[in-house]
Amino acid sequence: MVSTLGLPAETSEGASPELEVRGLTKNYSIGRIGRQKVVRALSEVDLSVEKGEVIGLVGESGSGKTTFARMVVFLERPTAGEILVGGRTLPRRPSAHRLREHRREVQMIFQDPYSSLDPRNSVRYSVARPLRSFGLVPRSAEREAVEELLDQVGLVPAVGFLRRYPHELSGGQRQRVGIARALAAQPSLILADEPTSMLDVSIRLTIMNLLLDLQRSRSLSLVFITHDLGAANYMSDRIAIMYAGRIQEIGPASVVMSEPKHPYTQLLHQAAPGPENERRQGAPFEAKGDPPDLTSLPPGCPFAPRCPFVQARCREALPALRQVGAAHRVRCVLYD
Amino acid sequence: MPPLLEISELTIGYGWQPPPSVIAVRGVSLSVAAGEIVGIAGESGCGKTTLALAAAGLLDPPGRVLSGSVSYQGTDLTSLSANELRHLHLAEISMVFQASMNVLNPIMRIRDQFHDAMAAHGVHSSDGARQQAEETFDLVKIPRRFFDAYPHQLSGGMRQRAVIALAIVLRPKLLFLDEPTTALDVVVQRSILQSLDELRHQLGFGVVFITHDLSLLVEIADRIAIMYAGALVEEAPGRELHEKPCHPYTTALMSCFPPLGGPRQRLQGIPGQPPDLRNLPKGCPFALRCPEVIAGTCEAVDPPTVWLDGDHRVLCHLFGEKAADVG
Repeated sequence: MVSTLGLPAETSEGASPELEVRGLTKNYSIGRIGRQKVVRALSEVDLSVEKGEVIGLVGESGSGKTTFARMVVFLERPTAGEILVGGRTLPRRPSAHRLREHRREVQMIFQDPYSSLDPRNSVRYSVARPLRSFGLVPRSAEREAVEELLDQVGLVPAVGFLRRYPHELSGGQRQRVGIARALAAQPSLILADEPTSMLDVSIRLTIMNLLLDLQRSRSLSLVFITHDLGAANYMSDRIAIMYAGRIQEIGPASVVMSEPKHPYTQLLHQAAPGPENERRQGAPFEAKGDPPDLTSLPPGCPFAPRCPFVQARCREALPALRQVGAAHRVRCVLYD
Repeated sequence: MPPLLEISELTIGYGWQPPPSVIAVRGVSLSVAAGEIVGIAGESGCGKTTLALAAAGLLDPPGRVLSGSVSYQGTDLTSLSANELRHLHLAEISMVFQASMNVLNPIMRIRDQFHDAMAAHGVHSSDGARQQAEETFDLVKIPRRFFDAYPHQLSGGMRQRAVIALAIVLRPKLLFLDEPTTALDVVVQRSILQSLDELRHQLGFGVVFITHDLSLLVEIADRIAIMYAGALVEEAPGRELHEKPCHPYTTALMSCFPPLGGPRQRLQGIPGQPPDLRNLPKGCPFALRCPEVIAGTCEAVDPPTVWLDGDHRVLCHLFGEKAADVG
């Protein structure tokens, strides 16, 4: 079986999950007309996020994490697949009205706080804009609402930040503005795309704590995208490991961290810096090979060329995502 | 044997006119021996890059060495002319900068960039420059076929390897690396660090490795120096620093990294912000954020340097009594 469609959803406790994604696929065409190549950025991803759940999406550059987030927010149109938010399907070509509704519910926090805020807009303007465009508060209460949001993201005293511009803020403060702007829409789902990778170490943790506090107090669903396993473990209830545009392993954070099954997950574990990383002692294999070429993926497992446990059948067909434990699934022939 | 590099009591300021408007590095002493990796860690703005620039003889105005000395194999770098430094750079002392993948000239083939660098130091094609460069490619594990490529044809990790190859092509004795792997993925980072570790054993150069990622340093550095607000607040062998961090700032910095395993628990990180270097508070610069601050002492008196063991020193009032015991 090649397709993973039709697998049961993670949990089915009556209420529909906050986000459900089925067979999400994105191909980009690159190159001159007539000599075009297809980049398979994301292939047949199934994922559901429950209300109030944090999912950590982990992988290298080019693994499809950001593409996933951009499609869920509908900054890009999927090549195939379905996106359901709160049980409602987003049409393939949503009307302007429907797209506005979707963006109210689903917000994104971007990686680079230096380029995700318009340098010409004051903090007040940036944060007020979602309030205004979604008609969430009357104009008369707008200033108060912005101050409250700034307060919640730790920009205190809020009055002191209203009239500031991005160039007057530090990276951490900018990222807080980005978070306030996302919260302003009162979303039920936030996709945070490596929100701390551009920040200094000491600030990363405060931003992660802030996201966790906000997520809990508002029972938000959060997709936390990162390449740092430690951060994913700190933030997430479940972790999904992506490679070459597919989910290779998904399960409860504690299980994926303590018993990584997929050889690629094991490689990520070994590569993670940190003295407490004992897995490196007697490591079964070292980092070798290059990330996959998304324009010519092999027919079988995309990790096969780098995998130390590779078998002949790995190169023949893509392994299915198999259940290996409670809510723990792995795409690898070793567990067939 | 004297150390390769000896920085003593170095103070560096920025400003066109005296007095300088910012003191970026204050009274830092540090030494590096051949074949040794010395790590420098700290938050943005703690002075780690300024220290490295000065130690490599690359500090440009408005940055100025105000006092102290940098001695490379007995020569005071601060007293050398620009021309003398030029002969030293690359041949004896090399530096790899942050995001250095972008230092390669995009419209020159990599081989030409190597040839230029080598020719500037008198190594020409006739002397087997190409062979030496290709051997260096082997060392950093880039296939030789990329020697004739343009930078954009290489992946990010490969470009970083090429820059490291360029830095060591003339076999310098001392290599400065400023956040060399920050922009790279973990797997690529890991393999570059492995190569670096092999190379310094193979070629015997000393390394100054600057990063804000302390968890990385603990693994690869022989000794680690922690900087805060321009001061070197703790220095110890890598393992010892990890097992027995003494300065409250080091402890706080360690707690900024969520662990890979174990139960999930909330980490606090470091509350507050580093002080404004233009307007440093009296006493210990960390006092305002320090969980173990001694009221009346830390905010008023400059902390002493205390040697705990032979090679572990800390700049902190908490250990003052211990010093008295030893003394």
